[in-house]
Amino acid sequence: MTPRKTTHWRQNLRLAGICLSVWFAVSFGCGILFVDFLNQFSFGGFQLGFWFAQQGSMYVFLVLIFAYAIRMAAIDREHGVDEDE
Amino acid sequence: MNLELLTYLVVGLSFALYIGIAFAAKARSTGDFYVAGKHVHPVANGMATAADWMSAASFISMAGLIAFLGYDGSVYLMGWTGGYVLLALLLAPYLRRFGRFTVPEFIGERYYSDSARLVAVICLIVISFTYVAGQMRGVGIVFSRFLGLDIGMGLLVGMGVVFVYAVLGGMKGITYTQVAQYCVLIFAYTVPAVFISLQVTGVALPQLAFGSEVSSGVHLLAKLDGIVTDLGFAAYTSGTKSPIDVFFITLALMVGTAGLPHVIVRFFTVPKVRDARASAGWALLFIAILYTTAPAVGALARLNLTTTIQHGPVGEADANLVYDERPQWFRTWEETELLTFEDKNGDGRIQYYNDANPDFAARAEAYGWQGNELTVDRDIIVLANPEIAGLPDWVIALVAAGGIAAALSTAAGLLLVISAAVSHDLIKGVLARNISERRELLAGRISAAVAILLAGSLGYNPPGFVAEVVALAFGLAAASLFPAIMMGIFSTRINKPGAIAGMLAGLLFTVGYIVCFKGVFVAPFAANVPENWLFGISPEGIGGIGMLINFAVAFAVSAATKETPEEVKALVQRIRTPRTRGARESQQ
Repeated sequence: MTPRKTTHWRQNLRLAGICLSVWFAVSFGCGILFVDFLNQFSFGGFQLGFWFAQQGSMYVFLVLIFAYAIRMAAIDREHGVDEDE
Repeated sequence: MNLELLTYLVVGLSFALYIGIAFAAKARSTGDFYVAGKHVHPVANGMATAADWMSAASFISMAGLIAFLGYDGSVYLMGWTGGYVLLALLLAPYLRRFGRFTVPEFIGERYYSDSARLVAVICLIVISFTYVAGQMRGVGIVFSRFLGLDIGMGLLVGMGVVFVYAVLGGMKGITYTQVAQYCVLIFAYTVPAVFISLQVTGVALPQLAFGSEVSSGVHLLAKLDGIVTDLGFAAYTSGTKSPIDVFFITLALMVGTAGLPHVIVRFFTVPKVRDARASAGWALLFIAILYTTAPAVGALARLNLTTTIQHGPVGEADANLVYDERPQWFRTWEETELLTFEDKNGDGRIQYYNDANPDFAARAEAYGWQGNELTVDRDIIVLANPEIAGLPDWVIALVAAGGIAAALSTAAGLLLVISAAVSHDLIKGVLARNISERRELLAGRISAAVAILLAGSLGYNPPGFVAEVVALAFGLAAASLFPAIMMGIFSTRINKPGAIAGMLAGLLFTVGYIVCFKGVFVAPFAANVPENWLFGISPEGIGGIGMLINFAVAFAVSAATKETPEEVKALVQRIRTPRTRGARESQQ
């Protein structure tokens, strides 16, 4: 196992960890555990907690996947393990 | 042209399109048959995944489910989309890098064991058959409701179409028909949604109409909360399930989604690891178009329905709809018995309220109401939308075609993973290792055909528990396949005995818990009420606990048994990067 591979894997784990924390925070956090607290606030015609549960978390999921895909492609390139010729 | 003829025409045209695609995309090798030759563009794969994933339940039932559950319906929205984050980050790219054909194949190689592969095959078949029976039923129901065709006849037609493109085209045929099916279903879903949004709020985009004003100063959700609580229902924006149950149902659905074999295998079809990551994003984008529209449709339709029946202040004598003055769509759907009225207090008006709420009983009695008089099937929310909005007949025909597209695309995806598990994992993998590619392809086609016949008969004659076991499909995927695959990638410690023990423990616990409260084949052992549940978690959410048990058992057993062999550790090392460093030449 070369040290550079380990760095690649560690960077991958770190990035995935950050993304999964956000994933957990918006859905299980804002949408479920703190929904009543957030429902005190509203924007537009939405109570904030309810909005996270039925709209917001899905938008954040989308951004997360694309952010991970783009950043990971860059990490692959930096370490010379990308699939381009 | 009358509606029935038009519907036949639109549905018939969509079928012709699917069959045309099937002939253009015939599978010539096992690679074509199992993974579409790994040539599918990530955006096309995203669309195909969306159609594969969104079933008859998503298309027909979900908005209605949310309409009557309110906030509690969020478990489906977050649960069935959040799983894609797990897929993109934890499974899809690594399995694509592994580069084989099926999910059990990965489990078999990573845990260097035919037994592990067999356990995975069994999980896969149970999950997929449970799921596919519901899809075939969906096809039959759409046929019978829109075309007045006998359910059996409708099923036969649906089976015939799937037969042509799944048996002939395999994954290649399925992929491109799913792309077409996505276009049909998303168009059919969003057009009525936009019109309903415009009608109620004056805002075209359902996602924005959801938070818009319905009259000056009053927002849709506030108005809805007001009127449903006045009628004794729970407020729309706050649920009745306990937070821990909502938490675990969401978790089980997310992890279950990521562990469903027919979804995972879609990511085997793209050319590169990088594409597998991006493709999950595209899939979620195409899914989210429907999933962010559905809660808006649910809220709009609930308000529409409630204010049609209760058009004045609750309790006033003339505030309820007179039965003889009911609108045309009401009459149409009464014929299907999805909407039924019984004049319990004999006043000729419709009272629609929550008669199960003890706090409301005294008020209802004071109004002279003697029980709720209207029974609404949740499926009506999507199916009747175009008529409620007064849209032209072609939109109604399109909704029928959309419902059928959603059911067929999911059914085909499921049938394919079943046939691949039989021909590739059982026959080629265990029973007849020396089988030629041509004969394996034939075996794949035959098992697909047999699976279609079985699924069709399950759909025609559904065993009583089909609706009950959808929880089982997600629970099983969450408790067995997902942890086994994930640990196989992220830990080299987990070995053969650990993985097998973990899968079996998760599986038995989850199945046991669901059977205990829901009764599959046997009568339930305990009443399915929160007081009896473990930590207050319902059978729908127990897959989350099953997953934790799987992880715990796998780690404990692996720690106590012989280490993973070096060559398997090397396999894990290899799939962690998209390409082995310095192997640029040998790649292509």
